[in-house]
Amino acid sequence: MTDKPTSGLGAVDEGPVSSDANSPQGAGAPANPDDHPSVAALMERFGEAVLHHEVTSGDQHVVHIDPARNREILGWLRDDPEQRFNHLADVTGVDFGGGQPLQVVYQIWSIPYRRGLRVKCLLELDSLEIDSVAPLWNGANWLEREVYDLFGVTFRGHPDLRRILMPHDYAEGHPLRKDFPLRGRFSRAEQTRRALNQDVERFYIPEERAIGREPQDVTLPTGSESDEGSASDG
Amino acid sequence: MAQKTVEFTVGRNPEMGIDGLPTRSPLEPFEVGEPDLDSEHMLINIGPQHPATHGVLRLVCELDGETIVKVTPHIGFLHSSFEKLGEYRTWNQIVPLTDRMDYLAPLIYNCAYVMSVEKLMGIEVTERCKVVRLILMELDRIFSHLLWIGTTAIDVGAFTPFLYTFQERERIYRMHEAYTGGRITTSATRIGGMLAELPEGWIEDLKHFLETFPNTLAEVHRLLTNNEILIGRTQGIGAITPEDAVSWGLTGPNLRASGVAYDVRKDNPYYDYETYDFEVPVGEHGDCYDRYLTRMEEMAQSVKILWQALDRLPDGPINVPDPDISLPSKTDTMSDMESMIHHFKIITEGIKAPPGDCYFPVEGSKGELGMYVVSDGGAKPVRWRVRPPSFVNLAAISQMAEGHLVADLIMINASLDIVLGEIDR
Repeated sequence: MTDKPTSGLGAVDEGPVSSDANSPQGAGAPANPDDHPSVAALMERFGEAVLHHEVTSGDQHVVHIDPARNREILGWLRDDPEQRFNHLADVTGVDFGGGQPLQVVYQIWSIPYRRGLRVKCLLELDSLEIDSVAPLWNGANWLEREVYDLFGVTFRGHPDLRRILMPHDYAEGHPLRKDFPLRGRFSRAEQTRRALNQDVERFYIPEERAIGREPQDVTLPTGSESDEGSASDG
Repeated sequence: MAQKTVEFTVGRNPEMGIDGLPTRSPLEPFEVGEPDLDSEHMLINIGPQHPATHGVLRLVCELDGETIVKVTPHIGFLHSSFEKLGEYRTWNQIVPLTDRMDYLAPLIYNCAYVMSVEKLMGIEVTERCKVVRLILMELDRIFSHLLWIGTTAIDVGAFTPFLYTFQERERIYRMHEAYTGGRITTSATRIGGMLAELPEGWIEDLKHFLETFPNTLAEVHRLLTNNEILIGRTQGIGAITPEDAVSWGLTGPNLRASGVAYDVRKDNPYYDYETYDFEVPVGEHGDCYDRYLTRMEEMAQSVKILWQALDRLPDGPINVPDPDISLPSKTDTMSDMESMIHHFKIITEGIKAPPGDCYFPVEGSKGELGMYVVSDGGAKPVRWRVRPPSFVNLAAISQMAEGHLVADLIMINASLDIVLGEIDR
C-alpha cells in the first residue's frame, strides 16, 4: 500500500490532514453588513480595521478584524451603548494546518440586545502574539490561558499566562496544533521517564512557594528543668 | 530551624503526691515569642484527591489565620484531549466523547453537539426529534441538579437529602438505561436524529416520574430551605455582584443567582423554547443560598416544561428521511441493496459537512454550553471546541472565596456546580 490511509485506524497515526483547499477566510457566504446592526456600526467606526465579514451556518455573522487592534475593537463593542457585548462567551483558537494563519476566535454576546457576533483574528504562524482581552473581561483569563497552552498564542498583557490543562513543565509543545501528533512528540518511554522524574515542588507556582516564612521559634522548657520540677514533687 | 525535643515522664503523674492526693506544682510558663500575627501567611493545599473538591481539583490557598487571602485552582488532572481526539473522528463518532465530559448530564452534551453539527450542515430535524431531545435535555437538567443538591447538602453536614435525591436520580438512570442502554455514557444522538425510537412504556415511566418527583422536591425543600445550618453556611457566602458575574463569564444558575436573567433558552431560543410556558428563576444576592434556590426552582420549571413537551410530542419519524444522513433500518440494510450501500457509506466515510463554522449555545445544567465546530468540507472536523460552562464558572472562585473562611471555600466550590470531566476535557 503506497497511499496514506485517510480513514479507519491507520489514520490515527497519520494525524489530521491539513486542509489546504480551504482558506480560513471566505469559507462562509459574503454578507451584507446591514443585516447585523453591530457589523454595520463596526465598519462605520473602524473602517479598514474590519477586514472581512461573512455569514456561516445560515445566520451567524463573522467579522475578521486587524489583530493589532483587537483590544480596542472588542473594548468598543463591549462599552458602546448601542452594542453592549458584555458577555464574552468563548475565546478559542483554530488551526487549519498547512502553514495557514492561526485563528483566534471570540464569541461575544450582548445580553441587553440579545445578539451575538463572532470576531476572528488571523495570526501568522511566525508571530503568534495578540493583545489579551483579560483587562476587559475577567473571564478571558482562563480562556486565553487555554489557547496559550494548546495553541501557543502569546497574549500580551495577560495577568497570569501559564499552562492550564497540560502540566507546567510540559515540553512537547502545543497539542491542538495540526502538526502535533495525537500521541505526543516524545516516545512513550520518554513520556514515562519524565512522568516518573517529576519534581513535586514544581506543582506550585513561584508565588505560592513564597507564601509564609520559616515557622516561628517556640522555646519549650528544656528537659532537665522539667525533670527537676517533677522530682521535687515525688 | 533546630529540632526541639520534649521529654515526658512516663508512668508517673508529677502532679500527684505519694499519698495519691494532688499536690500543687508551679506552672512553668513556656517561653513563646511574641507572635507576629499580621504578616504570617500560610499555604494550604486542598486536593487533588479530596472528596470536598467534587472531582480531581486542586486548590492552593493562601491563608491569613483561617481567612482566605487568595485561592489558586489547578486543573488538568483529568485532561483527556477530547478536542484533539475529535479531529480524528467522523462527525458521528464524536458523540460518545461528549457524554464522557459531563457525566452528570450526558444527554445535554449529546444533544448540544449534534444540534451544532446539524446547524452547520443545514439539517432540519423532524418535529418529533426536537421534542424528544428537549425532553431528554430537561430530564438531565433535573438529573444534574439533583446530584448537586445531594452532594452540596453533604458538604454542609446534611446527609438525608442525599438519599432522597439519589433515589430520584436512580429513576432517571433507569430511564437512561431503558432508552440508550447506558446509565451514564448514553451516546443517544446521531446527526439527523436519535439512536432509536423511544422504547415502549418510556413515556408512561416519565409521566409517573413527573407525577411523583414534585413530592420529593417538596421534601428536600422542607429539609433544607429553612434549615438553620444551611442558611448559616450559605447566606452571604461567596456573593458576587451582577457586573462581576457577567465579567467573569458566569452562566447558568450561578449567573442568574446574581440577578442577571440570561438564559439561552429565553434569550437565544432553540427548539421552540419560546413557545413553552416557563419562567427563569433569578436570585438577588448572588450568594450560595441564592444559587441553591435558583437550582431548586429550575427543577420545578423543568417539570413544567416536560409536561408541556409530553402534551405536544408528535408522532412521525424520529430521524430525518435522508439516506445520506440517517442510517437505514437493520432490516433494510440486510435485505435491500441500496440501503446496504448507504449504510456502508455512512459508516465508512461518514457524513460530509460543508466548509464553514458554527457556534451553537444551549442552556446546559451548568450554564451556557456552546459547541463550536469548524469544517473544511470533509467528514471530520477541523476543530471541535466545547465552550465549557464549569471551566469558566470555576475561574471566578478566586474572587468569590477571597476573605471567606476555609470552610466556606468548600461551600463556594460546591455551589458552583462544577464537573471536572468537562473542565479538563
